[in-house]
Amino acid sequence: MKSKNNNLKTRRLLIYGIFIAVGLIYIVKLFSLQVMDKRYKQLADNNALRFVTQYPPRGKVYDRNGKLLVFNEAVYDLMVIPRQAISKDTLNPFDTLGFCQLLDIDKESFIERMNKAKKESYLKPSPFMTQVPKEDYAHIAEVLYRFPGFYFQTRTVRHYPNAIAAHTLGDIGEISQAELDLDKEGEGYYRQGDYIGKSGIEKSYEKELRGKKGMKVVMVDVHNREMGSFDNGSLDSDPIPGKDLYLGMDADLQAYGEQLMVGKIGSIVAIEPKTGQILAFVSSPTYDPNLLVGRERGKHYQELQQDPMKPLINRAISGTYPPGSTFKTVVGLIAMQSGSITPATCFHCSGQGSLPIKCTHSHGSSPDFANAIMNSCNPYFYESFKATINNRKFGDIKKGYEYWKDMTYKLGLGHTFNTDIPYERPGNIPTREYFDKMYNGQWNSVTIRSLGIGQGEVLLTPLQLANIAATIANEGFYYPPHLIKGFGDDTPIPEVMTTKMDPGIERRHFQVMKAGLRTVFSGPAGTARRYEMKDIPQCGKTGTAQNPHGNYHSNFIAFAPYDNPQIAIAVIIENGGYGATWAAPIASLMIEKYIRGYSEREDLEKRMMEGRITYKNER
Amino acid sequence: MIDENEYYRNKIIGRIDWVTLLIYMALVLIGWFSIFSAKYDELHPSIFDFSKEYGKQLVWIGVALFFGFIVLLIDAKFFNAFSLWIYIVVLATLFLVLVYGKATKGATSWIEFGPVKFQPSEFAKMATALALAGYLDRIDVSLSKPKDRLISCAFILIPIALVLLQNDTGSAIVFVSFIFVFYREGMPGAGALMLIGVAAILLFVLTLLLGQKTVFIILAVLFVLTLAFWLLTKKRNFITMVAVFVFMFGFVFSVDYAFNKVLQEHQRSRIEILLGLKDDPKGDGYNVYQSKIAIGSGGLTGKGFLQGTQTKYDFVPEQHTDFIFCTIGEEAGFVGTSAVVLLYVALLVRLVYLAERQRSTFSRVYGYSVAGIIFMHFAINIGMTIGLMPVIGIPLPFLSYGGSSMLAFTIMLAIFVKQDANRLNVL
Repeated sequence: MKSKNNNLKTRRLLIYGIFIAVGLIYIVKLFSLQVMDKRYKQLADNNALRFVTQYPPRGKVYDRNGKLLVFNEAVYDLMVIPRQAISKDTLNPFDTLGFCQLLDIDKESFIERMNKAKKESYLKPSPFMTQVPKEDYAHIAEVLYRFPGFYFQTRTVRHYPNAIAAHTLGDIGEISQAELDLDKEGEGYYRQGDYIGKSGIEKSYEKELRGKKGMKVVMVDVHNREMGSFDNGSLDSDPIPGKDLYLGMDADLQAYGEQLMVGKIGSIVAIEPKTGQILAFVSSPTYDPNLLVGRERGKHYQELQQDPMKPLINRAISGTYPPGSTFKTVVGLIAMQSGSITPATCFHCSGQGSLPIKCTHSHGSSPDFANAIMNSCNPYFYESFKATINNRKFGDIKKGYEYWKDMTYKLGLGHTFNTDIPYERPGNIPTREYFDKMYNGQWNSVTIRSLGIGQGEVLLTPLQLANIAATIANEGFYYPPHLIKGFGDDTPIPEVMTTKMDPGIERRHFQVMKAGLRTVFSGPAGTARRYEMKDIPQCGKTGTAQNPHGNYHSNFIAFAPYDNPQIAIAVIIENGGYGATWAAPIASLMIEKYIRGYSEREDLEKRMMEGRITYKNER
Repeated sequence: MIDENEYYRNKIIGRIDWVTLLIYMALVLIGWFSIFSAKYDELHPSIFDFSKEYGKQLVWIGVALFFGFIVLLIDAKFFNAFSLWIYIVVLATLFLVLVYGKATKGATSWIEFGPVKFQPSEFAKMATALALAGYLDRIDVSLSKPKDRLISCAFILIPIALVLLQNDTGSAIVFVSFIFVFYREGMPGAGALMLIGVAAILLFVLTLLLGQKTVFIILAVLFVLTLAFWLLTKKRNFITMVAVFVFMFGFVFSVDYAFNKVLQEHQRSRIEILLGLKDDPKGDGYNVYQSKIAIGSGGLTGKGFLQGTQTKYDFVPEQHTDFIFCTIGEEAGFVGTSAVVLLYVALLVRLVYLAERQRSTFSRVYGYSVAGIIFMHFAINIGMTIGLMPVIGIPLPFLSYGGSSMLAFTIMLAIFVKQDANRLNVL
C-alpha cells in the first residue's frame, strides 16, 4: 500500500515536472530569441518589406521559318500599397494635389483608383495606373520618392511587327474576376492585375508562354526609399521566362492570304497534309493585332466589337457554312467504301430536268464517277448518297444513315478537333434522331436528299473543309489540324496533334477520288480548268452553296502538287457566287505562292486582290 | 470548518476556485488585445468595432462567458450522468462534418449553421474527456482489467479517427494528451508507452538527422554493450531486451518509408525545416521564419502596444489565429512572452492540484484531461512559433481568434471549475 502511494506521488510529480519543464524550456528559448539574439531586431527594425513581383518575359512567337510574329515591349505599371500611402502622419501629409497633377488625373479619379486598390488589399500592392507611357514614366519616377506607398513595376506588353494573323495569335489582357476565381480553385497563380491569354494561341499556350513569376523582397525605409534586398536576397526568386513558340504558319503565305481576302468576307485555311500543321489561317475581315495592346485596348476592342462586319470573329473555326459541292468528295468516298458504287457506276442525269435534284452543269447523260466529279453532277451524288443509305447490307435506311453519319465523323466532321485552337465550333452533321423528330419518323432518302450535295442541314467550318482536302491529299489519313510546330526548348508538342487519324476508308478509293479531283483542273470540262498551272499539278473541287444570306457562297477545296501534296486548302468567300469565280482562283494563287514563292499570274492576282464584294450590311 | 462547508454546500454555484478564474480572465484579455493589435486598422480604430476581428472576438468572449456561467449554474452531477450522451452527440456532428463539412486550409473541419461557422473538433476533446471520466467513474470499471483498458482507449481512438479523416492532423495530435490521464490513473503500461513515445520521437529525429546507417551502427553498439552488461549481471530479462532492440531496428528501418510515404508533403517539409535539414524561408518555412523575426525583434520589453512593424505589415500569416503569440512577442517583448508562458504553467499546475483534491474519480479524471489538453495546445502552439515544434495548426487556448475554440475551451474549463466547486458534496 505504501509503495502504491509512493508510485502515485512519483506519477503526480512527473506530470507537474513535465508541465513546468516545458514552460522553462520555452522561457529559455524566448530569452535567447528575444534578448540574446540581436539579429531579428535588425531584420525587423524600422523597415518595411516590399514584395515586388518580377514578371518574366512572355515567350516570343515565330512562324515556321523562324520569322518573328510576336515580341515584347516594356511598359510601366504604377503600383500602390494603400496602407503606406494613407499614413496618418500629420506633419507630412500626402500631397494629393501634387500627385494628381503629376499623373494628370483629377481628384475623383484618384479617390476611385485608391478605393479600388483598398478594396483589393490594404497591405499588398495593387495596380494604381497600368501601362504608363514611356515618356511619362521618366518624369514621374524622378519625383515618386515624395509619395510613399507608390512605386513602378515593369511589365511587358505584346507587339506584332507584321500585323498579321490577329485571330490566330490572339491577345492578352488583364485577368477577369471569373478567370481569377477559376484559378483560385486550381493553381492559384494569378493576382488581380496580372495578364492572361484571352484568345488564340495566347490562350491555348498561356502556361507555356507566361513562364513563372519571380519575387524580389526589398526593404523600404520610412521615406519610401529602397534600402536594398532583404536578408541578402534569401527570399528572392528569379522569374522563369516563358517558352518561345514556333507556329506551323507561313508568315508570307498568311500575309498574302489576308491581302487576297481584302474586301471579301470569308476564310482561307491551308494545312500541310503530312503533319496537320496550319500554314495559313485567314479570317476576313481581319484587324491589326497591335490595336488590342496598350491603354487604348478597351476602346479599340469596343469599336471592333461594334463593327457590323464582325472582324473579331474567327470565321475559320466559328463560321459554319453549307459546303455545297465540295461535300461531294465526302459523299463519293463513303459510297465507294460502303460498296454502294464503284468508279464504273453510272447514274442517269437529265440535266435541268433531273429529279428530285436538277443538274446545273451540261455533260453527257450517264456520267461515271470521274466524269461526275469533273462536272460536279448533282444527280450522280444524290444517287450515290441514296445508294449508300439504302444499301441492303444495313437492313434499313435509318441504320444506313447512321453508318453514313459515323463515317463523316471519322472524316473529322460534326465535331471539334480539340487541338490548340480555342473556340472551335463543331459544325453540324444531323443525327438520325434529329430527322426522326423533324419528320415524325417518316423520312427517306428523298426527304434528306440535299445532304448528298452538301446542302440542307450540313454545316462545316473552313477548318473542317481544309482537313477533308488534307485527308484526300494523304490518300486516307490526317493529323488533327493544329497551329503549333514546336516549342523553343524542344518540349514535345501535345500527343493529340501527332496522333494519326484513320477515317476507315480504303486507300484505293482515295486514289480514285484524287484522280477525279485532278480532272477538275486538268479535264476539258473541269470546273476549275481556267486555273490550271502547267508545272504545279493541282487537285480541287468547287462548291457553290445556297444559303439564306443572299448570293451563293463561293467554296473551294484543293491540294497540290498531285504526286506529293505540300499544301491542302479550303477557301470560302461569303456571297461570292460560283465556286470557280472567287474561291478557286484564290486557292490556286495561295498554292502557287506557297510552292513557287510568288505568282506568275499577275493579272489574276491583281484581279483577286482588288476585287470587292458588296455586302448587305456594309455601309 | 464544518460550518463553512455547510455554507457553501447550499450555494447554487458553490465554491469557485478564483485562482483558475483569474488566470482564465487574464489570458482572455491578453488574447483580445493581441487580436486588436494584430488586426488593427486605422479606418476602424475602435476595439469595439464589430466589423473587424477584434470586435467579433469580443462577441465570442461574451458568448463564451455566458455559456460558462450557465455551466456553473447546472447541477454538477449532470455532466457525469450525461457524459456518454454528450460524447455521442459530438461524435455525430464530427461525422456530419465529414459528410457536409467545409474545407478550410486543407482540413474539412467546419460546419455551417446559417451565418455561424462551427468547428466540432474543438468540442470533441471536451466530450472525450467527459466520456472517459464518466466511464472510469463507474464502480465496476478498473484500468487493471484488460477489457476496460481496451474500452477506455476506444473512447479516445474513435474521435482521433474521425478528426484524421477530416485531415485535421493537429486536432488529432492533441488527443495524445490523454496518456497523462492513463498514466496518473495507473494504467499498466501507460508509463512505458510514454517512454516508448519519447524514444520513438528520439529515434525518428536521429534517423532523419544522422541517416539510417549511422543510427543502425549506434543501435548495434548499444546492443553489444547491453549484451555485455547482461552477460556480466544476468539481471534483466534477455527476451525482452532482444525484443526491444529488434523493435528499435525495425522502427528505424521503417522511418524512411513512413516519412516519405505516410506523411503528406507539407508535413514532411515542416519537419525538415524544424530539424534544420531544409531551409525554405519563402515556402513552407515562411511562417516560422517570419514568426521568429516578429518575436525576436520584440527584445526585452517589446515595441509597445500597436507598435509592432512586423505585425503591422502582415508578414506573419495567421497572425490573429494560430500565430497570435507573435504579436505578444513583438509588442510586449520577453517580459510579455514569459508572463504568458508562466500564466499557462500556473494554470496547468493549478489544474493538476485541483484534480488531485477531488473526491470522485469522475472529476479527477476530467481535471487531468483538461490539463492535458490545454498543455498540448500550449506546448505545440508556442513551440511552433519559436521554432521548437513543427508547424501544426492548432489554436492557443483562450488567446487565439476563433469562436469555436474560445467557446469550447471556456465550457471545458467551466465544467471542471463546477466539479471542483461542488467537490465537498461528493460523498
